[in-house]
Amino acid sequence: MIIGLDMGGTNIDGVIVEKGKIIKTIKKPTNRENLFNSIWTALKELLSGYDNTKIERINLSTTVSTNAIVENKLSPVGMIIQPGPGLPYDFLACGDENVFISGYIDHRGEIIKDFNLFEIENAIKLFKEKNIKAYAVVTKFSIRNPSIEIKIKEILENEIPNSFVTMGHTISGKLNFPRRVYTSYLNSAVHSIFNEFLNNIKKSLEKEGINAPVFILKADGGTMNISTAEKKPVETILSGPAASLMGINAMLPTNEDAILLDIGGTTTDIFFLADGVPLFEPWGIRIGKYKTLIRAIYSVSIGLGGDSSICVRNGRIKIGPQREGVPYAFGGPKPTPTDAMITLELIDENAFRLTHDNVKKAYEAMTLLGRELNLSAKDMAKLILSTMGDIIKNKVDELLHEINSRPVYTVKELLYGKKIKPKLINIIGGPSKVLAPVLEEKFNLPCYYPKNYSVANAIGAALARPTTEITMFVDTSKKTLSVPELGLYEKISGNYTLDKAKEKALELVKKSALSLGASIEEIEAEIVEESSFNMVRGFYTIGKNMRIKAQVKPGLIQ
Amino acid sequence: MIKAKNRLGIVFFPAFDWAISPTHPEREERLLYTQDQIFEEGIEDIEGVKFYNPIIAEEKDINRVHFVVPDVKSVVTQSHLISAGGAIKALQAVMEKEVDKAFALVRPPGHHAQRVVYGDRGFCIINVEAVMLERIRQEYGNLRVAIVDTDCHHGDGTQDIYWNDKDTLFISLHQDGRTLYPGTGFIEEFGGPAAYGYNINIPLPPGTGEEGFLYVLDNVVIPILEEYKPDIIINSAGQDNHYTDPLTNMNFTAQGYAKLNERLNPDVAVLEGGYSIEGALPYVNLGIILAMAGIDYSRVREPDYDEEKLKQPKDITEYIKKLSEIVYNRWKNKDDLRLKEFKDVNYVKRPRRVYYDTDGILETQVQNFKICNKCSGVNTIESKSDRGYHIFAITIPRDACPNCIDEGYKLYKNASSHYTNVYLQDRVNDEYYSK
Repeated sequence: MIIGLDMGGTNIDGVIVEKGKIIKTIKKPTNRENLFNSIWTALKELLSGYDNTKIERINLSTTVSTNAIVENKLSPVGMIIQPGPGLPYDFLACGDENVFISGYIDHRGEIIKDFNLFEIENAIKLFKEKNIKAYAVVTKFSIRNPSIEIKIKEILENEIPNSFVTMGHTISGKLNFPRRVYTSYLNSAVHSIFNEFLNNIKKSLEKEGINAPVFILKADGGTMNISTAEKKPVETILSGPAASLMGINAMLPTNEDAILLDIGGTTTDIFFLADGVPLFEPWGIRIGKYKTLIRAIYSVSIGLGGDSSICVRNGRIKIGPQREGVPYAFGGPKPTPTDAMITLELIDENAFRLTHDNVKKAYEAMTLLGRELNLSAKDMAKLILSTMGDIIKNKVDELLHEINSRPVYTVKELLYGKKIKPKLINIIGGPSKVLAPVLEEKFNLPCYYPKNYSVANAIGAALARPTTEITMFVDTSKKTLSVPELGLYEKISGNYTLDKAKEKALELVKKSALSLGASIEEIEAEIVEESSFNMVRGFYTIGKNMRIKAQVKPGLIQ
Repeated sequence: MIKAKNRLGIVFFPAFDWAISPTHPEREERLLYTQDQIFEEGIEDIEGVKFYNPIIAEEKDINRVHFVVPDVKSVVTQSHLISAGGAIKALQAVMEKEVDKAFALVRPPGHHAQRVVYGDRGFCIINVEAVMLERIRQEYGNLRVAIVDTDCHHGDGTQDIYWNDKDTLFISLHQDGRTLYPGTGFIEEFGGPAAYGYNINIPLPPGTGEEGFLYVLDNVVIPILEEYKPDIIINSAGQDNHYTDPLTNMNFTAQGYAKLNERLNPDVAVLEGGYSIEGALPYVNLGIILAMAGIDYSRVREPDYDEEKLKQPKDITEYIKKLSEIVYNRWKNKDDLRLKEFKDVNYVKRPRRVYYDTDGILETQVQNFKICNKCSGVNTIESKSDRGYHIFAITIPRDACPNCIDEGYKLYKNASSHYTNVYLQDRVNDEYYSK
C-alpha cells in the first residue's frame, strides 16, 4: 500500500492506495503554527487500523519551504556572487550579506580572470562576525565551468565547520544567472527549517516502526527521496498545485491536449496537458518576488471560486477576485456563485445538508442582485454561472495564446512546431458538476469531472513518481562533456558524436532517477531537446557544440 | 529585478537549422553564443522587455520591394521570409505601441539585396528592412523614415531601393569601398533626381574606432536627422565594425555600439552582418539591447578588451573630421547640387554592373528615372544576367501622379516581347504583376 499526504494551506488530505484502489481517505485542518504536528496527526489517523509493515512508500507534499519563504521565516544567508561583466548586479543582493567578487567565466566556460582569495577571506570574516551558517556561491556561467564555485565552497567548508553551502551549478543546467542566484539563495535559506521538519518525520517514523521509504513531492509533479530533499529543499516549494494536477490525471487519464481546472472556494487553478503530458514553466516557478529555476508544472491561479463575492457595477456583474466569507446562504456578507447554484437547485440538498433557511437566503441574494439588472432571481443565477464560464474561457484563451507564442529558434519549429489545441476539459473541485455543462457550452469541448474529487491532491501525491532532468553540454573542440545538475565534467574524444551523447544522456538521467529512489521498471527516460552545431573558425570546422536535455517526466505509479 | 526605462520588444530568431553552407559565416552557429549570453543575463526576466516570434512575410511583401527573377518562390526560402517577418513583427509592435522600441535579431541579413534579385549577394537575398518598412507603410500610411546603416559594409541594397525616395533618408557608415566589399558607398552616390541628397554615404578609413564612429554620429548623422525630422528611425545594426570581426578592418567595440545606439535612439534596430560570433556578437548584442531598453550598459565588456590597443590613431581622427565636414556640407547644399546635376533633362539613366558574390551571378542593368514635377516619377530597370534572363521592370512609386501611373501600366502592356520577364510594381494601389 502507498500513502499519499498533501499538506495545503487549509487542510491536510491523506489517502491509502492499494492495488490501484483508494481504500481510505482523510481530511484534517492544517495547524500553521506546527506543521510537523499537523502532518503527524493526519498520518497516524490515516494508518490506524492498518498494518504498518505493508506500507511500500509514503509520498508527502509539504508547504514547509513555501511557508517559510512566504512568511519570511528564513535562515540568514551569506552570498558570494561573481557577476562578471554584463548587466548591473546590485539587484542580485538577496542574501543577508552579499559579497560580490571579481573575476569571471565566459559563455564557453573559459576562466577569463580567476577569483581573488583575499576577497573570499574577507567574506568569511564578515559571515563569521554576523554568525551566518548558510551560504550560496554563484558565478556567472558556472554551469559551463563550476570550478570557481567548487573551490570557494571548499574554502568555506574548511574555514567554517557545520556550514551549508549551495553551489549555483547544482541547481539547474539552465542558463539564467539572476534566477540561479535567487534559487541558490532560497535553497540555503530554507535548508535549516526544512531539515528540522524532515528529521522530525524520520524520528517519528522510526518510533512507530515504519521503515517504508519516504518521498517528497516537487513542483514538477514528481518526487524525490529524503536524502535528495535534504540537499535541495527548495525543490519542494509549491508542490500543492502539482499534486492536484497529478490527481486529476490519475482519475481522468488522457493522451490528448487538455485544459485542467481545479475550482475551489476562493480560486481556480488552470493547467494544460500537451498530448497528455503536463506543461512546464519555461524557466522555473516564481515564488513571492523571486523568479527561480525550479522546474515546475505550469499553473495559473485566478481569484474565482464558489465563494467569490459578487457585485453589480455599472450594469455589469463582477465575480471575485476576493472571497469575503462563506456564501450568503450560510450567513456570509455577499452573494456568491454557490448562492446561484442553490437558487437553481443544482446542489444536492441532502449532501450539503441545506436547510430551508439556507435556500431562502440564497434566493434572497439572487433577488437583490437581480433587481439591479431587472432580472428574476433564477435569471440572475443563470447569468452568474454563465459569467463564470466567460471569465474562465477568456483567461484560458489568453494563456493559450501566450503559450502558443513562446519563442522558438528554428525554422522547423516556427513553421510546424507543436501548438496546444485542447480537445477536452477535466475539472475537479466543489462546483465541477454544476459548471461542467456551462464550460462545455462556452468552450464547445467535452468536459469531465471525477466522482471523488475532494482528495484528488492526495491521490496525486500518492501516485507521483520520481522525476528528474539533466542538461548536457558537449564541446568537441575543447573535448569536454558536462552535466551541471550531476556535477559531471569530463574529458571526451574529439570525434564524439550526437548519438553517443544522447545515449549517455539517457543512461545518466536513468541513473539520476535511480538515485532519487525510482525503481528501474518505472523509469521512462526520454530526450526532450537535442542540437548539434558545427563550430567553424576561419574556414575550418574545429568541432561540434551539442546541447541535450533528457528527462524522466512526471507519471503515475501503475 | 531590473526594470527597463524604455519598453523593448525583441524578436530573437537565430534560425538554428539554416545555413548558406556548412562552413559559411552565415551558418547555424552564428547566434548561438548570443543566445547563451542573453539567456544567462536573464534578459527575458527584465520588466519591460518582451520577446516575440517572427511572423512569416508574404510573397506580396517581397514583390512590393523587389523584382525577383524569375519569381519569389524559386529564389526566396522560408528562412528569408521569416527573417523579414521578424523585422515586420518588431516594427509592428512599436507601431501598435506595445513597446517603445524593438530589436529584430534575425538572420539571414538583407542590406545588400537590391531592387532586382537574381540570387544571393553579400549573404542577402531580400532586403529585410525595406520589406519591413514598405509593409508598415501599407498598414500605417506614408511615414517619413530614416535608415541609418551601421554595418561595416556599404548598404548598397538599401541605397538602390531608396535611391529615388526622399521620404526615406538613407545614411550608411561603412569601411571605405576601396578597401572592402561591395566596393561602393562613396560620397558622390547622392540619390536619384527625386531624392538627390537623401542618400548619404560616409566611407570611413580602416582602423576607425569608437572615437571616429561617435564623432561622425554627433557631427553628421544626428544633425542631419534633426533637420530631416523622421517619424521613424531604423538602425541597420550590422556588428562587423567590431575589432574582432574576421571579414573587416575596423576597431569598434561593444561599448561603442551601445553608446551609438543610445545617442542615435532608433525606434527599431535590425541585425545585419557581424561574424565574430564568439568574441563580439554576444557582447555587442547585449550592449545594444541594454542601450535600447535604457538600462546601464557600462559593465558590458569583451573578454579581450584593451582600451589602449583600440585607441584610434591621430591621422584617422583628422581624416574623419575632414570627411564629416564634406559630407555635412553636401547635405546642406543638396538643393543647389541637384539643380546642377539634373539641369535640362527629362530622364536620368543609371547604368550599373552588379556582381552576386555569394551565388556568382553577373548582372548588367540600366535604371531610367523620369523627372516629373508632380511626383517622384515612374522609373524602369532593364537588366540582363549571365544566366540568360533579360528583364524589364517598372516601378510606380508610392507618391505617383495619375500620369505616371498610366505611363507605368502602358509600359508594362507594351513591353517588347524579347524580354524573358516583365514586372510591374504599382505601389500606389499595392498591386504587383509579372509576365
